[in-house]
Amino acid sequence: MGLLSKKDAALITDPLADNNPITIQVLGICSALAITAELKASIVMAISVMAVLAIGNVVISLMRNIIPSKIRIIVQLIVVAALVIIVDLVLKAFAYELSKTLSVFVGLIITNCIIMGRFEAFALGNGPWRSFLDGIGNAAGYGLILIAVGFFRELLGSGTLLGFKVLGDPIEKTGLYALGYENNGFMLLSPMALIVVGIIIWVQRSRNKALIED
Amino acid sequence: MEHLELFFKSIFIDNMVFATFLGMCSYLAVSKKVSTAVGLGAAVIFVLAVTVPINWLLDQYLLQPGALSWLGAEYAEYDLSFLSFIMFIATIATMVQLVEIIVEKFAPALYNSLGIFLPLIAVNCAILGGSLFMQSREIPTLGLSLVYGIGSGIGWFLAILAIAAIREKIRYSSVPPALRGLGITFIITGLMAIGFMSFGGMLTGGDDASKKKEAPKAEIKVEQKQVEDSLTKVNETEKEETEKELADNTKKITE
Repeated sequence: MGLLSKKDAALITDPLADNNPITIQVLGICSALAITAELKASIVMAISVMAVLAIGNVVISLMRNIIPSKIRIIVQLIVVAALVIIVDLVLKAFAYELSKTLSVFVGLIITNCIIMGRFEAFALGNGPWRSFLDGIGNAAGYGLILIAVGFFRELLGSGTLLGFKVLGDPIEKTGLYALGYENNGFMLLSPMALIVVGIIIWVQRSRNKALIED
Repeated sequence: MEHLELFFKSIFIDNMVFATFLGMCSYLAVSKKVSTAVGLGAAVIFVLAVTVPINWLLDQYLLQPGALSWLGAEYAEYDLSFLSFIMFIATIATMVQLVEIIVEKFAPALYNSLGIFLPLIAVNCAILGGSLFMQSREIPTLGLSLVYGIGSGIGWFLAILAIAAIREKIRYSSVPPALRGLGITFIITGLMAIGFMSFGGMLTGGDDASKKKEAPKAEIKVEQKQVEDSLTKVNETEKEETEKELADNTKKITE
C-alpha cells in the first residue's frame, strides 16, 4: 500500500481481527444479529454501515473544532440520522424487497453503538483522512463478522448461499441431500445468531490468548 | 383486553432483547452487577413509556402520509414519513435530556441511582427501536402505544436483570478460558432466547381472529362503544339481581 503509511494501514487492519468492533469492543451488536439469517441481507447491511460510518466520521471530523462539547451527542445523532435517511431511501429505490426484510434495522443504524462509539473515540480527535480510514476499517471488521454469521446461518439453515442451492436440492434429493443430509431449520431462528457469534468469539480467543478476559 | 394482550405480548413474545436483539450493546456492557442492571432497566422503562406515546403523536399528526390534513385540505397530500428517523431521534434525545433535568431537580436520590445511565439511553437501540416498531406495526391508539412502551421496557428490564444475575453466579463456575466474559454471555443469551421462544405460541391462536375483527372495528367503533356501555349496564343490573337472589337464598337457608 504505497498510498498509506504504516500507521494509517493499521487503522484499517486492526479492527479486522485484534480490535474487532463486535467481538472485542462489543459495539453494534443490536443490528448485527437480527438480520443475519441470509447472506445477502448481511452484505447489504455491512455496506450500508460502511457508507454511513465512513462519511459520518469525515463529517464529524471536519466539524470537530466547532461542535460545543455539551451538545455533541445531539449533533452526532442528527448527522447519522441524515445519512441513514439517504441510505434508507437508496435501498427503497434500488432494492425494495431487501429493504422490506431489513425493515426497521436500517433505521437502527442511527443508534448502532459502533457509529457513536467511533465518533466519540476517534473522529472527535483526528483529521478527516484518518477518520475516513478508521470508519472503513471498523465497518469492515463489523461486516466481516456479519458476513461470517450470515454465511453459516444460511448454509446450515437453508442449504443455500445468496439464494443458490450449493448443497443440492432438498426436495429432489440431489447432492448432499442424497446422503441423508437435512437442513437445520433451527439456524434460521434468531437465537442461533447469538450462539454463532459466541462460537466465533471462542475460536478467536483460543487462537489469541492475549484477548482472554479474567 | 386488547391492552392486556399487547402488554404481555411486548413483554414476553416480542421481547426487545430476545426476539429482536435491541439494546444489546448496553445489555452486554452493563450486566456485570445486578444493582447497576436494575438502575439501567428502570431508566429504560421510564424513557420508553415517555417517548413511544410522544412519537406516536408525531407520527399520527405530522409524519404519516396525509397526516397533515388537520392543517387544511391543501396539506393533505404531503408525506413526511422519510423524516421519521430524524424526528424520532431528536425527540428521544431531547426527552432524555428533559427527563434528566426533571429527575435531578425533584428526585435527587433516583437521579443518583440512575446516574450516568440516563444520558447513555439516548443512544440505546431499544428506545429508537420501540418507536420504529410502534410505527411499522401501526399501533392504532395513544393508549395502546403507551402500553406498548411500558411493556417493552419491562421486557428489557427482565432480560437484563436475568442475565446480570446469571453473570454474577457464573463467575464461580469453570468456564473454558477463551469463552469467559463475552463469549459465554452470548451463548447464555442465545439459550435464554430459545427459552423465551416457547412463549411464542401463547397468543398466536387469538391473533388471526383479532386481526379479522379489527378491520371493521374502526368504522363501527362508536356503535360498539354504545353497545358495550349498554352491555355493561345490563351486566351490572344482572349482577345486582343475582346478588339479591343469593342474599335471599342464604337468608332462607339460615332461616
